Amino acid sequence: MGKDFTTALRPAIVMTILFALLLGIVYPLAMTGIGQALFPRAANGSLVEASGKVIGSTVVGQAFTSERYFQTRPSAAGKGYDGLSSSGSNLGPASQALFDRVKPDVAKRRAEGVTGAMPADLVTASASGLDPDLSPASARAQVARVAQVRKMSPAVVARLVEDQVAHPLLGVIGEDRVNVLALNRALDRVGGAR
Amino acid sequence: MTIQGWILILAFVGILLALTKPTGKWLFALYEGRKTPLHNVLGPVERGFYKLSGIDPAAEQGWRRYALHMLLFNAVLMAFTYAILRLQGVLPGNPQGLAGLSPHLAFNTAVSFTTNTNWQSYGGESTMSNLSQMLGLTIHNFLSAATGIALAFALFRGFARREAKTVGNFWADCTRITLYLLLPLCMLYALFLIASGVPQTLAATVDVTTLEGVKQTLAIGPVASQEAIKMLGTNGGGFFNANSAHPFENPTALSNLVQMLSIFVIGFGLTWTFGKAVGNTRQGWAILSAMIILFLAGVAVTYWQEAAGNPVLHHLGVAGGNMEGKEVRFGVAASSLFAVITTAASCGAVNAMHDSFTALGGMIPLFNIQLGEVVIGGVGAGIYGFLLFAILAVFVAGLMVGRTPEYVGKKIEAKEVKLAVLAIAVLPLIILGFTAISAVVTPGLAGPLNKGPHGFSEILYTFTSAVGNNGSAFAGLTANTPYYNGMLGVAMWIGRFFIIVPMLAIAGSLAAKKYVPESAGSFPTTGGLWVGLLVGIVLILGGLTFLPSLALGPIADHLAMIRGQLS
Repeated sequence: MGKDFTTALRPAIVMTILFALLLGIVYPLAMTGIGQALFPRAANGSLVEASGKVIGSTVVGQAFTSERYFQTRPSAAGKGYDGLSSSGSNLGPASQALFDRVKPDVAKRRAEGVTGAMPADLVTASASGLDPDLSPASARAQVARVAQVRKMSPAVVARLVEDQVAHPLLGVIGEDRVNVLALNRALDRVGGAR
Repeated sequence: MTIQGWILILAFVGILLALTKPTGKWLFALYEGRKTPLHNVLGPVERGFYKLSGIDPAAEQGWRRYALHMLLFNAVLMAFTYAILRLQGVLPGNPQGLAGLSPHLAFNTAVSFTTNTNWQSYGGESTMSNLSQMLGLTIHNFLSAATGIALAFALFRGFARREAKTVGNFWADCTRITLYLLLPLCMLYALFLIASGVPQTLAATVDVTTLEGVKQTLAIGPVASQEAIKMLGTNGGGFFNANSAHPFENPTALSNLVQMLSIFVIGFGLTWTFGKAVGNTRQGWAILSAMIILFLAGVAVTYWQEAAGNPVLHHLGVAGGNMEGKEVRFGVAASSLFAVITTAASCGAVNAMHDSFTALGGMIPLFNIQLGEVVIGGVGAGIYGFLLFAILAVFVAGLMVGRTPEYVGKKIEAKEVKLAVLAIAVLPLIILGFTAISAVVTPGLAGPLNKGPHGFSEILYTFTSAVGNNGSAFAGLTANTPYYNGMLGVAMWIGRFFIIVPMLAIAGSLAAKKYVPESAGSFPTTGGLWVGLLVGIVLILGGLTFLPSLALGPIADHLAMIRGQLS
């Protein structure tokens, strides 16, 4: 067995070095080169620019807390939508802390005039803390507030929401959803009071 | 639950069934050492690797030598990654200027990636430099997967060969699987991911000014290349802390579907390869049927519970399914499906936070791992784990009818049964033992985020995931402490290699046996009766062993949840 051990040691070490070069250096660098050449926008984070400034990414969520925007879901990423510390809340279903967090959020939405069933995603934290989307129901629930703050017609704001609803691929892959950044940019383009 | 959700689930299984034979055939070519079309391109690389490391790929190894070479290779790889992680601060490819990892975290991570667990005690974007992700972690994603498949090949040879002393050559298996299966598939897969919106760049961060005028810094990096092998190799270690829930790892519902398919595709294919190797593909389909039954039962429970939602929040007027810890683009159906897939396989990637699942919805992922991740399972590890259960199943059937058990033409005798029991018993012993210790000692009790039964579930899930080499978590538990990093590192090592060595011993023992042709007295191992027996054995062993611990954790949690007793 001792001789076996020494004969096995050389391939173990050499193969580690060779595979490290191939899989750890050549493969990711090659993919970076090909990706940057073929899909430069996506490979760099699908960034959105407006008047020369990078204002966000189409795939990653950003915090909207202002009354005049459609607000994003609660986030457990850092202090909220922290792109350097993605995370869910990890609170269990019977957690007092979860109850204590959701209760005031529900009350706040009720105060804004949301009646009936409260859309679940509007008052729950996402898995990443960087969810870019809302369910259409959660966006619709905010139409009245946004229209009031911006002194716009609720019908116009509601129209914007419906225009932004994306549907599942082939009817089954994914869910109905609204990208919050895209919706709020559309909202800003239409305008309304500041 | 919606019809749309069930169509997705059944379409998912349908697509995989269609891919089973083509994948199995490709794997069979590698198993046999036959040429594939890719040999024209990558053949020189393969031969170069052998030449430089002094390997004769045609030299057959007995099970002991096969095991020794596999273990040494894994030990060197682990030391390599440990060094990279410790030296991160002084190595290049670190635009964020991150410091080296602490010894206990580097140990935990090196073991974790070597054992195909990919437990994340660290938060990817805040701990790992781009070089560490590429050189320290991505290579393990390939090689731990290749090791798993190579080991499955060795066991297949044990069943298939007659009066043989050898089970193959570890280096040839490992190299061929990497070069002719994993690497080319991952290149295509990574391209698809980039096109979907997964970054692939050497930059580490990008600053944006949000519409509200706040500065947001987004972590990016060479994500797609790591993501591809993370899923295909059932590794599961995310580039980011939030893993496949992070929009940069899994940006669309379509990328999510492809990620789910890629967790299972090799596992499905290997059942066919097994059947082909032992000369009857129906043997493979029988195993796959038993796996799919267990899988769909798990999906049904989790989807049902998650769609039913959390009564505690319903009480506050919140409608519908449980969306805490879930992303809108995936919704309840695709999040439930992903959770069951990732734990049925030993993947451990998550697109939703299992910790925030309903009590019973989150129990299924836990139970899946406790069954030994043999429902499809990790690449290679799933099928060799399942074959251990098959050995016990024919043994039980043999006891019932009073005949020497046989399986696919080999007599199963006391030695194989003892080794199979040894391998299977390691799992509950370490999971329950380490959980029990952690539930009483102070550094263990410091871990859980949640209180009450759910806190116990967090500890139980943690050790289950580590020993099962899964890597998913009830992530509220703070695991980046010397206590947990150390305990989990040991648990992962035992969970991987204390199963592999007895399994290889079985391979060696079976290879040496004569072929016993099927006779009228043989128990048929292809029909419905056999499938039922397999399902029963897996459930009874898993169920009886772990039911008490589940009662203390998720079941108590469920009762608290429906009665509104918060903790």
